Amino acid sequence: MVKSTTKDARDLFHTLRSAYVATPTNLKIIDLYVCFAVFTALIQVAYMALVGSFPFNSFLSGVLSCIGTAVLAVCLRIQVNKENKEFKNLAPERAFADFVLCNLVLHLVIINFLG
Amino acid sequence: MAALESPQPAATTTAMRHAFGNVLSVLILVLIGVLAFSIRLFSVIKYESVIHEFDPYFNYRVTQFLSKNGIYEFWNWFDDRTWYPLGRVIGGTVYPGLTLTAGTIWWVLNSLNIPLSVETVCVFTAPVFSAFASWATYLLTKEVKGSGAGLAAAVLLAMVPSYISRSVAGSYDNEAVAIFALIFTFYLYIKTLNTGSLFYATLNALAYFYMVCSWGGYTFIINLIPMHVLLCIVTGRYSPRLYIAYAPLVVLGTLLAALVPVVGFNAVLTSEHFASFLVFIIIHVVALVYYIKGILTPKMFKVAVTLVVSIGMVVCFIVVAILVALVASSPTGGWSGRSLSLLDPTYASKYIPIIASVSEHQPPTWPSYFMDINVLAFLVPAGIIACFSPLSDSSSFVVLYIVMSVYFSGVMVRLMLVLAPAACIMSGIALSQAFDVFTGSIKYQLGGSSNSTDNAEDTNNAPKDDASAGKTDKGEEIVKERSSKKGKKKEREPADKPSVKSKAKKKALVLPLETSIVALLLLIMLGAFYVIHCVWAAAEAYSAPSIVLTSQSRDGLHVFDDFRESYAWLSHNTDVDDKVASWWDYGYQTTAMANRTVIVDNNTWNNTHIATVGTAMSSPEKAAWEIFNSLDVKYVLVVFGGLIGYPSDDINKFLWMVRIGGGVFPHIKEADYLRDGQYRIDSEATPTMLNCLMYKLSYYRFVETDGKGYDRVRRTEIGKKHFKLTHFEEVFTSHHWMVRIYKLKPARNRIRGRAKKLKSKTTSSGWSSKSEKKNPWV
Repeated sequence: MVKSTTKDARDLFHTLRSAYVATPTNLKIIDLYVCFAVFTALIQVAYMALVGSFPFNSFLSGVLSCIGTAVLAVCLRIQVNKENKEFKNLAPERAFADFVLCNLVLHLVIINFLG
Repeated sequence: MAALESPQPAATTTAMRHAFGNVLSVLILVLIGVLAFSIRLFSVIKYESVIHEFDPYFNYRVTQFLSKNGIYEFWNWFDDRTWYPLGRVIGGTVYPGLTLTAGTIWWVLNSLNIPLSVETVCVFTAPVFSAFASWATYLLTKEVKGSGAGLAAAVLLAMVPSYISRSVAGSYDNEAVAIFALIFTFYLYIKTLNTGSLFYATLNALAYFYMVCSWGGYTFIINLIPMHVLLCIVTGRYSPRLYIAYAPLVVLGTLLAALVPVVGFNAVLTSEHFASFLVFIIIHVVALVYYIKGILTPKMFKVAVTLVVSIGMVVCFIVVAILVALVASSPTGGWSGRSLSLLDPTYASKYIPIIASVSEHQPPTWPSYFMDINVLAFLVPAGIIACFSPLSDSSSFVVLYIVMSVYFSGVMVRLMLVLAPAACIMSGIALSQAFDVFTGSIKYQLGGSSNSTDNAEDTNNAPKDDASAGKTDKGEEIVKERSSKKGKKKEREPADKPSVKSKAKKKALVLPLETSIVALLLLIMLGAFYVIHCVWAAAEAYSAPSIVLTSQSRDGLHVFDDFRESYAWLSHNTDVDDKVASWWDYGYQTTAMANRTVIVDNNTWNNTHIATVGTAMSSPEKAAWEIFNSLDVKYVLVVFGGLIGYPSDDINKFLWMVRIGGGVFPHIKEADYLRDGQYRIDSEATPTMLNCLMYKLSYYRFVETDGKGYDRVRRTEIGKKHFKLTHFEEVFTSHHWMVRIYKLKPARNRIRGRAKKLKSKTTSSGWSSKSEKKNPWV
């Protein structure tokens, strides 16, 4: 039972990997950025667990800025992905401009809240 | 040749009709704005341009401070004129949206050299924002069902009595701008959901920020939107647009909410926000699942599912167990008192008497539904059915909105205000669908030919017939324009679709001609009844400023301006630093109009302080003097309605003084004041009641008015008629005895010789166990 599950897991892993390799490069760059943002957020949480959460607003703004850019990058990826039928009328430049605008607002709020 | 020429005139005529339709709808919207503004001006016409009630006076005082001292002083303001000796941090405990909005409007107008006073701006802020709210309702309903429904919903919201009651000219309270912010936030959310554009998602977060700044009811938004997202996921309507609409809102919205000082870290720590975080995690899981499903074959996907489910379940249980333990460790489970009383309606009456005592927090009665939303009450179910055909993301959202708001309005009468926009949207949709069906049937019956242009001319005639049949009421005109506009809109669509298909579709919905005409007339009459009721409600029921009372009698109109008379007396005849004690209802008005320091006010944030004042009011004179002296009080203000029959006076509120005081000081027992379970002030009253401070201050010298001391509110003669006050002296009674102000007599300088003897003697009487203290009154 365990052997079949590990074999299944390995098969699954290979299938996922081969499917992912086929995605276009620009999407892979966005995915890398998302992973980096989430990783930074995890480091901040680990630091807070070690050192304590004072001042709490700085911790919140740091973590939420990472999560915020990750979410916005995922939204950009959704809009730029050519396989999404709903967004085929949306120019990728417009999607990127929206992404930049939203990030500007997010970081303005972060800088205000950082304290 | 003819075939070549006819498309071009047809194209220009359609373009002309589009343009005409747009211009007409803009004109209608302007008229709706004017209607919304003017229907709220009854109080200014009947009384004067004055701020109403209690809470608006506080907002007015804060706006005055803001306009005089600027925003940095406002942000850091510590108010020492209230809750003496505790003070109140205004910057951190007030929702700044309303005051900042009015302050900005005042500043802009003054810099344009239009010298409006702060009071004028404050009085008229609410009607202006109600016009904006009706435009926002138009935009929201247009996203759900189209512009016809939008116009119908907008005109319904402009007049709905429930919204008028909290936004008349002079009602300068948070809801005046908050309802506009609520509808606008919902509009932007639906717009983002329909278009999937990140730009609208940003605007949505900013509109949510404005809502958080304005009102504590923002928790409704941050719980309704996650509920809707969950509903969409569960009913299989997940799409990337849903993710774009929700995920940035949560992150940006939480940050922006944490920026407002009142909310602060509550944005991440209280249970009211946990729903949004939970659904945030859920939507990410669902998005991941859909993504993996997209790149895998079905067989591999099944393998993945079994693997993930087995491991994931274990992790999930652990995480949920930790969360539950954390939340359950706090005594209220992390919810604030007010939110808990919404979820469990009996909570407040058991545990928090202050919340239970506010009249706005009581559940509404059935007639208040018909008073407040009138005709909409039975158009709403029709609208709900119309939303289901076809069901889209946006129509499922408005259905969820109305269901939730109906539940909450049933808990608290104040939340009927949140029900009003939902009811208007639903009724607008229902009315618009009904008009579509009837005018379509009429057009089909009268047209009958295969040419769509013939249909067009006939529909131009048919709605105008209906229009001329109606009365010339203003509401009627809007309804007429609406029906004629819908007629034009309806035949725009057949011009686009092939005419055979449209005729086949319309054939299924066609009703006989006479039925349609009669039904249209009945609908117009329904609208007429609604308009008449709304105008009556605005003029008679909801325009009273509460600070000035009037009554009609045989010899004309009596005006009772006692409140302002007494506050003016206070501000002219007392020192600036004198403290005034009264029940918490009058705190805001006293600080705003009389400019004196008060002990407790309407903010009711400190239950013990209010209980102290309540205990003092329920105690005999000596004990009350002690309590007030320890708080440095100089004057005590009491509202008494017995002479003129004003029912909201302090004797009627006395039961809350006893209950709240008794909740903190156990020596105040409610049973001491009750005879047969009732509070009485006549000869059958208990001796504790007849000796307490509130009784004495209300009825001192009352017997001199008519010789018998007949109390018009309680409808009996009072119990104790001739008595003297030993520790207080009366300094002011207003013209109709509505406000009575007493001064604390100063402590005597000379202590009589008996005090020395009392120290050596053991105490004999039970009351004066104060031999260890030097009591100057003995």
